[in-house]
Amino acid sequence: MTRKQRRLILIGASLGVLSVAAALVLSSLRDSIVFFNSPTDVVEKHISPGTRMRIGGLVKPGSIKRGDNLLVLFAVTDGKTDIAVRYVGIVPDLFREGQGVVAEGKLEPDGALAADTVLAKHDERYMPREVVDALKKSGRWQEGQAQAVGDKPR
Amino acid sequence: MTPEVGHYALVLALALGLIQSVAPIIGARDRDLALMRLASSTALMQFAFVALSFLALTICYVASDFSVATVFENSHSQMPLIYKITSVWGNHEGSMLLWVLILSLFGALVAAFGGNLPAVLKAHVLAVQSWIACAFYLFILLTSNPFARLPQAPFEGRDLNPILQDPGLAIHPPLLYLGYVGFSIAFSFAIAALIEGRIDAAWARWVRPWTLAAWVFLTLGVAMGSYWAYYTLGWGGFWFWDPVENASLMPWLAGTALLHSAVVMEKRNALKVWTILLAILTFSLSLVGTFLVRSGVLTSVHAFATDPTRGVFILLILVLFIGGGLALFAWRASTLKQGGLFAPISREGALVFNNLFLTTACLTVFVGTLYPLALEALTGEKISVGAPFFNLTFGPLFVALMFVVPFGPLLAWKRGDLLAVAQRLMAAFAIGIIAIAVAFAAQGQSILAPFGVGLALFVMLGALTDLVERTGLFRLPLSTVRRRTVGMPRSIWGTAIAHFGVAMSMLGIIWAATWGTERIAVVRPNEAVSLSGYELSFDGLVQRPGPNYNALVAKFTVRSGGVPIGVMEPSKRSFSTRSMTTNEAALMSRGLGQLYLSLGDSNNDGSIAIRLYYKPMVLLIWLGAVVMMLGGALSLSDRRLRVGAPKPAAKSALAPAE
Repeated sequence: MTRKQRRLILIGASLGVLSVAAALVLSSLRDSIVFFNSPTDVVEKHISPGTRMRIGGLVKPGSIKRGDNLLVLFAVTDGKTDIAVRYVGIVPDLFREGQGVVAEGKLEPDGALAADTVLAKHDERYMPREVVDALKKSGRWQEGQAQAVGDKPR
Repeated sequence: MTPEVGHYALVLALALGLIQSVAPIIGARDRDLALMRLASSTALMQFAFVALSFLALTICYVASDFSVATVFENSHSQMPLIYKITSVWGNHEGSMLLWVLILSLFGALVAAFGGNLPAVLKAHVLAVQSWIACAFYLFILLTSNPFARLPQAPFEGRDLNPILQDPGLAIHPPLLYLGYVGFSIAFSFAIAALIEGRIDAAWARWVRPWTLAAWVFLTLGVAMGSYWAYYTLGWGGFWFWDPVENASLMPWLAGTALLHSAVVMEKRNALKVWTILLAILTFSLSLVGTFLVRSGVLTSVHAFATDPTRGVFILLILVLFIGGGLALFAWRASTLKQGGLFAPISREGALVFNNLFLTTACLTVFVGTLYPLALEALTGEKISVGAPFFNLTFGPLFVALMFVVPFGPLLAWKRGDLLAVAQRLMAAFAIGIIAIAVAFAAQGQSILAPFGVGLALFVMLGALTDLVERTGLFRLPLSTVRRRTVGMPRSIWGTAIAHFGVAMSMLGIIWAATWGTERIAVVRPNEAVSLSGYELSFDGLVQRPGPNYNALVAKFTVRSGGVPIGVMEPSKRSFSTRSMTTNEAALMSRGLGQLYLSLGDSNNDGSIAIRLYYKPMVLLIWLGAVVMMLGGALSLSDRRLRVGAPKPAAKSALAPAE
């Protein structure tokens, strides 16, 4: 086999594998990514029920209700809009009223989010960046109210 | 005084680094042996000064000197000694100091053990190594000085993030950095080869042990990180496809590819240009990993405090080294001579296949990790790319790769006989098929998991087949077998063992993810929950004070078939200094499986929410990584690599086959 033929086979094989990979990547990027929204985005963008997404904001004070079988109901707020969230399971240790939270799940027809994942911050000095951005967007962010990643004082 | 000594030592290391960046290059140009040898002395001295600096910082932590800003931020006088020491690198500044400590250690090792390297190559390698070191010394000194003092020393520190108060912090970062930074040697060798415009099989012989050593550490580091996440996060998951995890997986994938392409280069003098490129890319991915974790573009436990100037500085380092490396490659790669020929069906062909799939798999991880960042920067849209993406892209590529693994070592160099190899693998293949059928019959839900189990068995038995074939077991008289077993190069053992380990990990991942069971419940004292034949009765809650926390411990008695087999005590630790709680899951190993119990909220009536998992075969995941590491270490101890006596580059046709 000549050098040229060998090179052609190599290039052919590489292109083949790369195109398969590209096809896989593109198809999964269409189907399996999740968009992040603030509560106001959810209302303003008229997101249709059944869409998987992440919402972030603060747990609205006074909104946490616990039901049977580990059902937790709470509202996520960015100060402007509230979105009700239903979650069955154990919430993270730092899940508290007035604290930052990110919930991922499906939007229900009644406008609530049926969450299958609830993430809270993992350090009392830190707030998820998405939450900070969502609060900043709605104008409810005050510097120094909590320290985000990126402006923790040294 | 101590912090100033540390600070000054680091500045001296930088000064030495600057000399080492320039002098050996001039020496190599003028063939001035004295100037070239200077690099070895400066490399050793650099390490000594960085070690002194690191020691100084450690002393500050151990002595709880809160006048030092990082000690105040990350330590507490009541922390156990082990965490006082580990919190040295449990923050941004200190972890960067650990980074340069390991970087200078590798430089010193090349200086100390590179006695048989040609003087010019050694000079160039040490110079390039010093460029990297200088960039990071500057980064630390200008943006992240761990020795900065506070105007007034506070009485007490703000404590280390409780999540990091775990023995895992003592092991995971140093191992990971030994891996990450170890690839800098491969990078330096590649750049040196490009500068000299010549490269041969001997080059690969020098590079391979360093790459192998780095790979061994990185394998352990990644596995250790995964186990730490598993037992500390309370979700029972062992891999989250979190960008920070991906940052360590990408160099591992590229490094694994590099390991294999270096074999082709060493044995057959082929794939030279590709190996050089891969060496540059592997370290580039380590740098990208450092950037992702240290710049604050990601939010995670790993992103300690951040500051925009640091991100920009690391980005500059990134652009300089990756851009510079690739530009040099584009300019000089054509000067490297082409190597030996081989047919597509051959050991080389199989290793090319390995490289193709590993790098493509690495690319998909890269896309999945950086796409959300790029999209947010370009459109402001925020997305998250999670497990489904990686399962659909990385998964199929890895499956294809695993299928070919058993064939590679059995194929002959240059021109292999696929049919003959397939015949030898018949038994392994048949058992794999039977396993698929049995698993499917027993389970009957999905075909994917039984297929994965069959594939993993095929790879394991394929690795054993390779050993059986080489030693002649079952075929030749026992005395011959014994002689062959003893005489077989350790790298052959290493290959088979490492491949076996990969398959073990794969089997564990598939088994635990598919056939694991889970239960979330609220239990009252003296109530019991059962899962997969185990019955856990809740005996009650007790308070147990720790050195700097208060633990709420839940006691459970575990019974199997009515017989008590032990107690599990998951707990919640509340740390008052940071008003934070951590969740300590309780683990009980049953064979290779584990019972996993973690706590949720407790209620006033004494009941508590629990998460209980039974994860069969889960220990295989990490045992597999340990086996991989052992394979790598065995291969590293191979005489040919250890002696490293460079034979003159063999003419391709004469290169000895295994």
